[in-house]
Amino acid sequence: MNELWQMFALFARIGGLTFGGGYAMLPILQREIVEKRGWATEEELMDYYAVGQCTPGIIAVNTATFIGNKRRGTIGGIVATLGVVFPSLVIITIIAAFIQNFAHLAWVQNAFAGIQVCVCVLIFRTVVKMARSAVIDGPTLAIFVAVLVGSVVFSLTPILFVIVCGALGVAIQVLLKKEGGEA
Amino acid sequence: MLLLRLYLEFFKTGLFAVGGGLATVPFLTDMADKTGWFSHAELANMIAISESTPGPMGVNMATYVGFTTAGIPGAIIATLGLITPSIIVILLVARVLAAFRTNKIVAGVFYGLRPASVGLIAAAGVAIVELALVNVDALAGGNWMQAISGRGVILAILVWLCARRFKPHPAVLIAASAVVGVVFHFAGV
Repeated sequence: MNELWQMFALFARIGGLTFGGGYAMLPILQREIVEKRGWATEEELMDYYAVGQCTPGIIAVNTATFIGNKRRGTIGGIVATLGVVFPSLVIITIIAAFIQNFAHLAWVQNAFAGIQVCVCVLIFRTVVKMARSAVIDGPTLAIFVAVLVGSVVFSLTPILFVIVCGALGVAIQVLLKKEGGEA
Repeated sequence: MLLLRLYLEFFKTGLFAVGGGLATVPFLTDMADKTGWFSHAELANMIAISESTPGPMGVNMATYVGFTTAGIPGAIIATLGLITPSIIVILLVARVLAAFRTNKIVAGVFYGLRPASVGLIAAAGVAIVELALVNVDALAGGNWMQAISGRGVILAILVWLCARRFKPHPAVLIAASAVVGVVFHFAGV
């Protein structure tokens, strides 16, 4: 019980120190999990992190589940995961309630209109960055363009694209017996 | 009933969103269109706030949408919905970690999924561009001169250049854009 509580508290701290994507949490994980507590080795952490990126869901959540599970089984996985999302729940709820009360003010609306322009830029910078490792040859370029155009023109559920492109990926890689696409 | 729908919508998001950070955004755009729980403008604001507050971004987005839709219970339920598939999938994968890492089929799936995920995020970005930089009424009326916000485009270019040159934390760019928005009355009020 005591260790589970410690685990919750540690992952809550890690969640609270992570800004932006799960990529930001790796150095903190290395210090707290590997160096200070020895809950996992450096290699295990890198494995969890790599697999956490290519399994569904949030990378930070996936990595927390892995480490909790390694240490204390299923219940550990659940406790670590609840810990990592706890700060978000508290902080975002407070901010969201606060903004709801001030959204009608003119300067708040102006501020958000400026922020929305910035968000466009941030999204496309992320797209460029991700494309460097995801769009690596002809077929992946075709998938990227088809999904972008298909998604803008027809408002289909993203789930459909995910399933079709996952299957396509297998068909291209396995059936054509081509090398490449490091997982 | 609303809470159950919220849980299921975020369960789907957690199950199909791959690739961290902004990967949940296309699912949330789709959710906004289908349920009317929040607007594209609210979604853009949530992205900005989620990027500039502590906590993994995808989790922040789920909490925010949940709170907007159904208050504090909504925030909790949406977040739990998002992480449930992760917990299940990871607990299963953890048993076969070595095999999973070297599996040809898994590699193939992600070979196809990664560019798809980038395409989906780009499409969600197009929706936010329409919101932030395009005047839809003027565009529909054939008034091309007023259809695109000139100062919006200028701000976008400046933000892009600053991001490239100085690589600041996104929160810095967001705060600076907020100030520009206030000073130049970006919402027109």
